[in-house]
Amino acid sequence: MTLADISSNLLYAAFIAYLIATFVFGGAVKGNKKGTYKSEQRWGKVAITITVIGFLAQLGYFITRWMVTGHAPISNMFEFTTAFGMTLVGGFIIIYALYKTAVLGMIVLPIALLIIAYASMFPSEVSPLIPALQTNWLAIHVITVVVAEGILAISAAAGLIYLLKVVDQKKKTKQRFWLEAIMYSLVLVLGFVVTSTFFTLTNYEADFAYVNKDGQPSEITYNMPAIFGMNEFEAMTDGAFTPLVEMPPIVHAGKLTTVFWSVMVGTVLYALIRLVFRKRISEMLQPFTKNVNLQLMDEINYRSIIIGFPIFSLGALIFAMIWAQIAWSRFWGWDPKEVWALVTFLFYAAYLHLRLGRGWAGEKSAWLAVIGFVIIMFNLVAVNLIIAGLHSYA
Amino acid sequence: MDKLICKCGHENPPGTILCESCGRPLNEQEQSKKLADMRYEGTARRSQTYNKSIIDKIWNFFSSVKIGVGIIVVLLVAAAVGTILPQKQYVPAATDADIEAYYTDIYGSVGTVYHALGFHDLYNSFWFIGLVGMLAISLIIASLDRFVPLYKSLKNQRVLRHSSFMRKQRILAEGPGEADTLKKAEEKLAELKYKVSTDKNGLLAEKGRFSRWGPYINHIGLIIFLFGVMLRMMPGFYVDETLWIREGETRAIPDAPGYVLESKGFTLETYTGEGEEEKFGEAIDRVGTVAKNYQTDVVLYKIPEGALPGDTADMEVVEEHAIRVNQPFKFDGYALYQMDFQQDELKTMSFALQNKETGESRGDLTIDLVNPETTYELEDGSVVELLGYYPDFSGFENGEPQTATPLPKNPGFLVKMTTPDTPDGETSFITIQNTVEPLGDNEYKLAFQGVETRDASGLTVRKDRTLPILGLGGLIFMIGVAQGMYFNHRRFWIQQQADGSILLAGHTNKNWFGLKKDLDQVTEHASLPAYRDQQEDMEAQEKGEGEQLT
Repeated sequence: MTLADISSNLLYAAFIAYLIATFVFGGAVKGNKKGTYKSEQRWGKVAITITVIGFLAQLGYFITRWMVTGHAPISNMFEFTTAFGMTLVGGFIIIYALYKTAVLGMIVLPIALLIIAYASMFPSEVSPLIPALQTNWLAIHVITVVVAEGILAISAAAGLIYLLKVVDQKKKTKQRFWLEAIMYSLVLVLGFVVTSTFFTLTNYEADFAYVNKDGQPSEITYNMPAIFGMNEFEAMTDGAFTPLVEMPPIVHAGKLTTVFWSVMVGTVLYALIRLVFRKRISEMLQPFTKNVNLQLMDEINYRSIIIGFPIFSLGALIFAMIWAQIAWSRFWGWDPKEVWALVTFLFYAAYLHLRLGRGWAGEKSAWLAVIGFVIIMFNLVAVNLIIAGLHSYA
Repeated sequence: MDKLICKCGHENPPGTILCESCGRPLNEQEQSKKLADMRYEGTARRSQTYNKSIIDKIWNFFSSVKIGVGIIVVLLVAAAVGTILPQKQYVPAATDADIEAYYTDIYGSVGTVYHALGFHDLYNSFWFIGLVGMLAISLIIASLDRFVPLYKSLKNQRVLRHSSFMRKQRILAEGPGEADTLKKAEEKLAELKYKVSTDKNGLLAEKGRFSRWGPYINHIGLIIFLFGVMLRMMPGFYVDETLWIREGETRAIPDAPGYVLESKGFTLETYTGEGEEEKFGEAIDRVGTVAKNYQTDVVLYKIPEGALPGDTADMEVVEEHAIRVNQPFKFDGYALYQMDFQQDELKTMSFALQNKETGESRGDLTIDLVNPETTYELEDGSVVELLGYYPDFSGFENGEPQTATPLPKNPGFLVKMTTPDTPDGETSFITIQNTVEPLGDNEYKLAFQGVETRDASGLTVRKDRTLPILGLGGLIFMIGVAQGMYFNHRRFWIQQQADGSILLAGHTNKNWFGLKKDLDQVTEHASLPAYRDQQEDMEAQEKGEGEQLT
């Protein structure tokens, strides 16, 4: 077995460990009798042990991959997103050590699983570094950012648990709607993973020629049946599914097709869940939160932001500016990724000021923490894949 | 306004909420609250006290957290809007008209609106810069409004506080104590690194007060940073020039007087996927070529002081250097960056002056595409005059040939050819692909013979004297943020009454969990009465009432 094989096997091992730990945490929480934490204390220990084993395996993946590629494995979508999954689990382990909250594991681990599964949909082969990335600042800047985002994401998980407990599932409210919307969007990610995996396993490929937005002839390979066609497309693969709609040149119909399939499959999955269980997902999760101490969740929400915010400022703004000055001759250039790092920073700054200055704690803080996570994910997914800039490396 | 005199006799400045000396609530609103508002120690803040003059109103506006957060949110949304379509600096168009046309051509009506609203240059718009300025003012005023009274108050803290103050703290314990309770508590608190001061029957234990200054220090850092950014507008602080230099060329460095640069050559390397790089094979196969290195080898010269402008005879070699991406060449406060390149740029073009009918040549000429001559004399007395040269010919406008850039990408020549056969001369417009004879059919033509090419490097010349200021601002910001967030200010007040009973109150600005862990240890060591968290009690009570209602 080569070192590269060992590396990817360690990642599989971590994935499986997180999967098992999710259920053990779930069982630990479910087993609690009202007002007691006995089950949580007993099974929580087992679950956190499995989580730590998984985390160590993923750390092993990270280190061995670093050895194989010769550079910090955070240089493309697969590597960065996988690392984000790892720091999310790492952040959870720290918070668990402080607060012993099994219910947090039940929420964080499946999100980490989704993130790692999402990462695996991108090309995972070992890729060389372009000149702009050949510097130690790659490791310094990106690792600091990914650690900060992992910790900040914990606040969103704590916020989510808070909301699962307090949002009344019996009344038709905006809160109930948006909470379920979060659950739905998580299912959509699952939809993307399922669709992508299905078409990869079935080796679906269809080539099209098209004219790009600058009027130049180009080619594209679809890995899913093309619902949307590129501008002035012509099929180059025999028997390929003919696109139903042709898009104008500025719309990347290939990506749109992927989004369309993911939303379709995700929605079908969501509908099936609703049909089988006859309940909203947030409603199904609510019983798990019966013993949740709201004040503790609020504290974890706030504490993770307090720990994560300085690290984020350091990594995503200060280190980023130093590197930008070295590589691009200017410390700031309003590149979309830079702007969205600033947006994230300003958002958490607003969170802190609202909390300290206007007493926004509890439910308001919980919503803000969840929105913060949405912004982080937007910067990771949409800014890389849709808003192309200097940073798009997918 | 009058000074507020507390029951304890202390004179407080107008607007004070909790007496500076004993902590008694001074207004009815505060008296009716279950928990004291401890955010700024109940001190008199200017913004909460005066609201008469226009200065008061401005001060109050900018010191409000609501306004500050409002500015942050507007900035955040505006910044995000600026990423919907690329900013103008990332658009492949140079003139204002081209930029406007680009947005319409590529993005349709959305692009037209985006451009019309000025969002294509959003971050340089006066309103965006104005918002940043307002944020800076808010940072200064809001900080002063809070810092000054808070500092005074924490500096002059008393050990003994009134029981009404203590009972309004979130952490509260009341109950019987022993004779040595205070002493034991003091011991343990000191062991936990609290600074303990005692007075009569009470003690005040305090830890991490400096963390209270964190927010103000990080705001100072931000102000210094923004000041540094503003300084760039001043002449002499900031240089941003582009220098295109071709292989073998020697050029003066723009905005760097006295310095001259020679390019020895440009190198582009790509990954081969062989040998050491075999592991990258799969990735290279998928994406095609991947660049490994962009490099310009240069020699830097300095013209001695006192030499005439343009006199390069006595210049001295300063340094030979390889400029690569991520490895700028720094000298004397300047830095040269490898930013762009043009491979196989046309260097010269050669032509033969031929008779169109017979194909007979009267001789060859070679035109240097960077520094063309105006006339070329051939051996037999024929002359080719260069009437016009368009290095990057882009078409005709009002009958005049145009050039898009000064780079010889698509050269066009307007020539007059005079031979002994055609003494009046014939005019011709020549580009790479065709020849136009504007004044009727010619006898002679310039037949294309060949080109010479070379690489050119696009370097950025940068001087930024604001960087140390920006760095200082960033450093102070980080210190302030870490100080305010990774540390917290914890205090306990303990009093023992004449009958031996203990009254204990605890407060922290953040991390109540940590405060309680400390108190657990002290309680155990000194057998203090059990404490309760009044806020949790209140919430539990509210919830209890809520459940009864439903």
